[in-house]
Amino acid sequence: MDEGLRSELQKAGVFVTSLESLYNWGRKNSIWPLGFGIACCAIEMIATAAARFDLSRFGAEVFRPSPRQADLMIVAGTVTKKMAPQVVRLYNQMPEPKYVIAMGACAISGGPFKQGYNVLKGVDRYIPVDIHIPGCPPRPEALLHGLMELQNKIAAQRTLGSAGRRNNPAYEAADRDMPIPQYGAHDLEPPYNKAVWQPPKLERDA
Amino acid sequence: MIDPAPILARFPQVALDPATHALVVPSQHATAIATWLRDDPAFALDYASNVTGVDYLPVEKKQKVKQPDGTETEETVSQPGYFEVVYHLYSMRLKNGPLVIRQRTEGRENPSVASLTPVYRSAEFQEREVFDLYGIQFRGHPDLRRILMWDEFVDFPMRKDYKAPDDFEYEPTPHDSVLTEAKKHYTP
Repeated sequence: MDEGLRSELQKAGVFVTSLESLYNWGRKNSIWPLGFGIACCAIEMIATAAARFDLSRFGAEVFRPSPRQADLMIVAGTVTKKMAPQVVRLYNQMPEPKYVIAMGACAISGGPFKQGYNVLKGVDRYIPVDIHIPGCPPRPEALLHGLMELQNKIAAQRTLGSAGRRNNPAYEAADRDMPIPQYGAHDLEPPYNKAVWQPPKLERDA
Repeated sequence: MIDPAPILARFPQVALDPATHALVVPSQHATAIATWLRDDPAFALDYASNVTGVDYLPVEKKQKVKQPDGTETEETVSQPGYFEVVYHLYSMRLKNGPLVIRQRTEGRENPSVASLTPVYRSAEFQEREVFDLYGIQFRGHPDLRRILMWDEFVDFPMRKDYKAPDDFEYEPTPHDSVLTEAKKHYTP
């Protein structure tokens, strides 16, 4: 509905909303992250959840010890190639709708270990990432900002209604399981999931 | 600093590297020497704090050699490559150390040295790490498996001739060796 009309009605004491806004308002304010830290970024994530920065102001304080009960995966730290299949498996075990925040330089790109042999150059090579947070490690404020951006993203999703109207991928595909990479002789196989990530085409002089 | 003179007197096979004050130990005697260093009351080196591998590639360098008739000729001197395993030993009882002992492999093909895990339990995981990253076999190690990389992995990443998998297809700011790797992926 028209924003101006909505605000006029609100001034007159009439609150108008859609069922979907209510629904998304509930969804975005009760995110249950997976209690899952794989490197030093996890310390910042813990600090964000603790009293000083207080993630519970955003309704996301219930860190679940099981992926079956979580709907947000905060990849907080370096994803080594040895760890990558387990991260993808955890993602597959989470129920829909699920979201991923890649937190820190390592999780978004490999960070300082990018040119090493043992670190994944970004977790978005295997699982779809909603929010990338740069930083080494990001400050708790940055993680809070990432969470608020995720909330905006959730609020903008059209979840109810007919198939043509919806744009939430969680409600479209019957099975969003990501293929789990295998340990190969020299590298993970495949080196990235083509359905999720493709190397961007860089136009440069050869 | 531990005076190595008693060790050199007792074990004539041991060579002292004067540059690093390290003892170069032949691997067939390494276990006996380490056991003696641990049990001898004057040394009592009861703690192996650090185990490291070092890769020495074969070296070819040109050297000027003086001939008997006074002229100089250039000769190519080639040294074969080898691996080294370096142990740092400390004495907790005498608060002394470190004493550095090194084992050298015969060449870079199927390298192997003696394991000191039967003498120092703390060497177990570190020797596994050296095996994992350098491919050096430790004779007598109780559980020699890869520890950092996965079991299906066949390369030894810390070797100097290791080639990392070519996943430089996306480099926002490539430079130096990364630039040469990334250029292979550029579209002409």
